[in-house]
Amino acid sequence: MRAARIRNEARPIRYYGKGIPYLQDTEVKGRLIVIEGPDASGRSTQIGLITAKLEADGHAVLNTGLRRSELVGEGIMEAKKEHMLGRRTMSLFYAADFADQLENKIIPALRAGYIVLADRYVYTLMARDAVRGISKKWSHQLFGFAIVPDLIFYLDVAPEELVHRVFQKNTFLDYYESGADLGLSDDMYDSFIAYQHLIAREFRSMQKRYNLVLVNGNRPVQEINVDLQKRIDDFLRSH
Amino acid sequence: MMKSTKAEGKLIIVEGVDGSGKSTQIRLLEKWLRYAGVPVFFTEWNSSEQVKEIISKGKKRNLLTPTTFSLLHATDFAARYERNILPLLRAGYVVLADRYIYTAFARDVVRGCSPEWVRHVYGFAVKPDLAFYFRVPVEISFDRIVKNRPKLKYYEAGMDLNLSNDPYESYRIFQGRIVEQYESMVEKEGFTVIDGTVDIEEQQKHVRQKVMEMLPRQRNQRAVAK
Repeated sequence: MRAARIRNEARPIRYYGKGIPYLQDTEVKGRLIVIEGPDASGRSTQIGLITAKLEADGHAVLNTGLRRSELVGEGIMEAKKEHMLGRRTMSLFYAADFADQLENKIIPALRAGYIVLADRYVYTLMARDAVRGISKKWSHQLFGFAIVPDLIFYLDVAPEELVHRVFQKNTFLDYYESGADLGLSDDMYDSFIAYQHLIAREFRSMQKRYNLVLVNGNRPVQEINVDLQKRIDDFLRSH
Repeated sequence: MMKSTKAEGKLIIVEGVDGSGKSTQIRLLEKWLRYAGVPVFFTEWNSSEQVKEIISKGKKRNLLTPTTFSLLHATDFAARYERNILPLLRAGYVVLADRYIYTAFARDVVRGCSPEWVRHVYGFAVKPDLAFYFRVPVEISFDRIVKNRPKLKYYEAGMDLNLSNDPYESYRIFQGRIVEQYESMVEKEGFTVIDGTVDIEEQQKHVRQKVMEMLPRQRNQRAVAK
């Protein structure tokens, strides 16, 4: 098998906003690829398949995701269980978790030439905030320190399909993934469907500004994978 | 930009470097207001239960970068803001804050965060009705702190900035830079400057005078009657 070639030229980091002033001179060689999508949309399955393929092709790959930072990951879990933090607080908590992973995992890996596959990125955080009434301008500026990824996929799955996939994994709908804190409906099923529609709408509204590639996630795993892998391989070949 | 407080209550905050005497002053102010029967709530920087622990864990293991340091303190602030400060202001309380957003504007910028970014992050916070800044030359605040501390903590001394290998020297430089940031805000943010080098009672007299001018008349009179 022929390895997809990747140009290893160092280039400056591109940020969404003001960036991280003390890392202004940092150069990166790797690539950052993001897979976005709701819970049970198949993100982790796809990331597993893509990682295996890229590694087989000879690339160094790092997986990362939200709420996984050593520093704050657990604290967020605790706080969520207790349902006691306000919306702005949760938003900043997640931003701290993201910043920790960005500086301690993603940027070092990119400097070393890794392909970083991110299981969700700032878009999920911005969509959640927007649905909860936090201004988009504020969220965008908050993540002014985030790196602009090379590729961003959004697995678009109809909420009605999503709910069945969730029930195949769990016997209940998650409190936050159902937007239960928003008081959309007393019926958890209705709340889940309504919330997922709101989130999907936010993602569509972000599509242009952030160059999100919408991928039809209603298809079988293999079909989606062929689609994603082809786009990734094409990108790596041409850059 | 910051919204002006539509709330009934009043927000009074104190700022200044460690050892400027601001905490002593706000505690005295609190006692006076309580004695006069004014509904008061006191809150201080880095004190929310959920976030404080994470920050202290990060500090102990030197895990914090300037950005995570900033965002965690913003999280702590937001937790207190959403849970206490804003609802209590709405309910008509006098909220007293020992350090407010200006602490972040000073410290985070000295640590290397973008000044514009830090201000955006805290863009949701209301502007205080009265912001006292306790101005003290670095030598004096330094002496006050160092006399009572056998050892300075890593982040407290600004050791993460690589200013000096000596914690005391690092602390002195770090505090000096924070003072510069505060001084640059005095006019723009409308600080009421208090000379932190004069007697405690003298400072408190000025503080109370300013507070009295601001409080609604009814309360004002009750306070005066005492």
